[in-house]
Amino acid sequence: MSILETSPLTGEAGSQRVRERRQAPVLLLILGSVTAAVALVPLVYLIVRVWGAGIDRIIDVLWRARTAETIGTSIALVVVVTGLCLVIGIPTAWLVSRTNIPLRKTWVVLLALPLAVPSYVAAYAWIAQFPWFSGFWAAVTVLVLVSTPYIVLPTAAAFRSADPALEEVARSLGRSPLRAFLGATMPQAWPAAAAGALLVALYTLSDFGAVALFRVDAFTRVIYASYRGSFDRVGAAVLALLLVALAALLVLAERRTRGARRRWRSASGTQRQAVVVPLTGPLRVLSICWLTALTILALGVPIGSLINLMTRARAVNIDVNTLLTAALTSGWVSFMGAILAVLLALPVGIIAARYRSRSVHTIETLSYTGHALPGVVVGLSLVFFTLSVVPVAYQTVFTLAFAYAVLFLPKSIGATRSSTATVSPILEQTARTLGRGPLTAWAATTARLSAPGIAAGGLLVLLTAMKELPATLMLRPTGWDTLATEMWSRTEIAAYGEAAPYAIALIAIAALPAWLLSRAMTATEPVAMSANR
Amino acid sequence: MSRPVRFTAAIAAAVIALPILAACGTDDGADGSTTPTAGPSGDAVVVYSGRSESLVGPLFAEFTAQTGIEVQARYGDTAELAAQLIEEGDRTPASVFFAQDAGALGAIAAAGLFAPLPESVATTVPVNYRATDGTWTGITGRARVIAYDAEQVSADQVPTSVFELTDPTWKGQVGIAPTNASFQSFVTAMRVAQGDEITRAWLEGLVANDVQEFEKNGLILDAVDTGQVQLGLINHYYWYEKAEEVGADAMRAQIAFTAPGDPGTLVNVAGVGIMATAANQPNAAAFIEWLLTPRTQEWFVANTFEYPLLPEVAAVDGIPPLDTLRGPDAPLAELADLPGTLLMLEEVGLL
Repeated sequence: MSILETSPLTGEAGSQRVRERRQAPVLLLILGSVTAAVALVPLVYLIVRVWGAGIDRIIDVLWRARTAETIGTSIALVVVVTGLCLVIGIPTAWLVSRTNIPLRKTWVVLLALPLAVPSYVAAYAWIAQFPWFSGFWAAVTVLVLVSTPYIVLPTAAAFRSADPALEEVARSLGRSPLRAFLGATMPQAWPAAAAGALLVALYTLSDFGAVALFRVDAFTRVIYASYRGSFDRVGAAVLALLLVALAALLVLAERRTRGARRRWRSASGTQRQAVVVPLTGPLRVLSICWLTALTILALGVPIGSLINLMTRARAVNIDVNTLLTAALTSGWVSFMGAILAVLLALPVGIIAARYRSRSVHTIETLSYTGHALPGVVVGLSLVFFTLSVVPVAYQTVFTLAFAYAVLFLPKSIGATRSSTATVSPILEQTARTLGRGPLTAWAATTARLSAPGIAAGGLLVLLTAMKELPATLMLRPTGWDTLATEMWSRTEIAAYGEAAPYAIALIAIAALPAWLLSRAMTATEPVAMSANR
Repeated sequence: MSRPVRFTAAIAAAVIALPILAACGTDDGADGSTTPTAGPSGDAVVVYSGRSESLVGPLFAEFTAQTGIEVQARYGDTAELAAQLIEEGDRTPASVFFAQDAGALGAIAAAGLFAPLPESVATTVPVNYRATDGTWTGITGRARVIAYDAEQVSADQVPTSVFELTDPTWKGQVGIAPTNASFQSFVTAMRVAQGDEITRAWLEGLVANDVQEFEKNGLILDAVDTGQVQLGLINHYYWYEKAEEVGADAMRAQIAFTAPGDPGTLVNVAGVGIMATAANQPNAAAFIEWLLTPRTQEWFVANTFEYPLLPEVAAVDGIPPLDTLRGPDAPLAELADLPGTLLMLEEVGLL
């Protein structure tokens, strides 16, 4: 019999013991602060830019009727996209984690793959096939399709690792299957879904590709217009600061839904694996249709459209050498960024999972700032930062990897936090009482159990970094090309047919981390129903 | 026990590897003048190129082959590179800025980041296509044209003046790219030539006529080519590029020039300036001189379909010669008031 605090069956006595230590260890707080400081670079830059402008100029920008309108559009976009991603993502995650749907593993990979499709490529592919496709709902469609995996993968993993005992207890107490699921299993998966939703929301807020191509006047488009048109760094900086404020609100909102509940299993005995729900007859067909439709929309349309563009072009010269070099560069730099992001995220993720003090909240919130900003702002801030602090590092691989880490830190923090949160601290505490030092105790217990989740966060950073464009253009070493920059260079001159091989290569290469990610996220095999009964 | 040990070891290895990799990176770019493959050579020309690699990359290689001077090109979006140059200030590793648009060159000049051009190139091109203070010069010209869907609109129905575009005949049928630098420069030129009042009235007329907004010139052309809109305001070479990619016969869209003197025929430039930090770099000057040689100008005509700015070099077959395209009476150097244009576009609801 297991007990979780989220369950109505929680024994109060059990929960007191672990919550006593509210203040995080000083070393972790210091390391976390370093991460927060790193993530704050773009914000500091914006404040420096706005500071010199004078209050009149700031009020001028803020009071334009257009600013209010832009905020409205961006908020609407974030709410609709995130909502739809949850509505689509949670049932999908359940299908591939708790049912006997055929080709389960293949579906998980296919559902992860849209992560490899940059929003600007997806948007362009849709426009190329359906020229009338435009406006708010078009942007919503593409953003939902490319970002649903942020919900599906972690939620599927959470469904998989959720303790089935709770749901069984709820059923034995007379709850219907649906109510038992909603009351017992869903709360266990919710932190993962909410962390995914936060990523979707921040991604939507900072996306430029889809809103620009579909002509939606969201924040990023106006910020870009202000840079592009007049190199107006002040106006753009004021708007970007507003964007940061919106992002902070999102982080706070997500924290509220996450709540102060404990998620680990605190009773003795080993947790059994979840039982499989058999899908039969029409339900099975319907489920397969649903997954097929999602895959066609999120992967089939972009890839089909790219292949179509490639075949329609009269002559496409695929320079294999350039393609391979760019692919290697993409993979290598993104890998460095991912490693850096994981290292920076570790202390923040751990203290966010384990402790709830004001300083922990502050560190976590600050670490998310980079994610809400459009790439051009982060790019410029790192130009500014590198040149004023470490000019020798300017336009080196290190700065670029650093930029990826700043931009995509939240993905890694979210993964570290949610995977650490599911491991009971009692294990680590026991290891300590048995004489292990803090680090070895962590390595022997929590690290082992949360490693797949942490690695998955790293893979997510790797995937996203491969698609990044504006900061890459500014910060890469002169003469270096990634798949994203090669693709951009061709679309710039309208050679879409020539750009297509790079886009396809990007998707193909990103398929490997996407596959690893889907495996890491659903590592455990479900036990057949019969074995349990 | 082996798993945590391996995990810790992996993290430790990563921690150790990072500074080493960082150090490698630092060596590569410490003085901003080496490439990952070549050894140090202080004489390389570092070009921040707003023109794409697939366009000008071969050209730069040709320059190196002919002169032995190495070019290190950093490609990017023209406006983003301009913002980056302004952010870098006097610490920029760049020696030359090659922009797609006179506005960006003007912004860098206004920030005081350009050195005066050497006399050998400062006055080579006609006065309309360079800075009056000699800080930058155009290399090639790009004309504004009206793209039309030949299946819905015959050549003689195409407006000869942009002022006709506010006519109800074209309601919902005109595509523009208001966030695009070329369009904004064209509006600025119209303001200089015709005055703010007429320009504003024209823009409001467009909005009232349900003008269709696009993000890029290329997308406008695609829309015209699929019959989604009948007319579109674009740069002339987009048509030639698309025709090159899909074949001229496959083009449903055609292009037309507006009548002489009409603001619709502004000729903007792609141009260059030397950064103040590279003021004494002879190779930078040599690079610009080379760009303005007849052979290079011919290369541009053949490969980018732009107008050559050397009077003795002929433009692409079949388009009107540059000197017959009397656009608005507004030298490019006077198109500095981009903020005013942006404000106007914003006020009429196009931005």
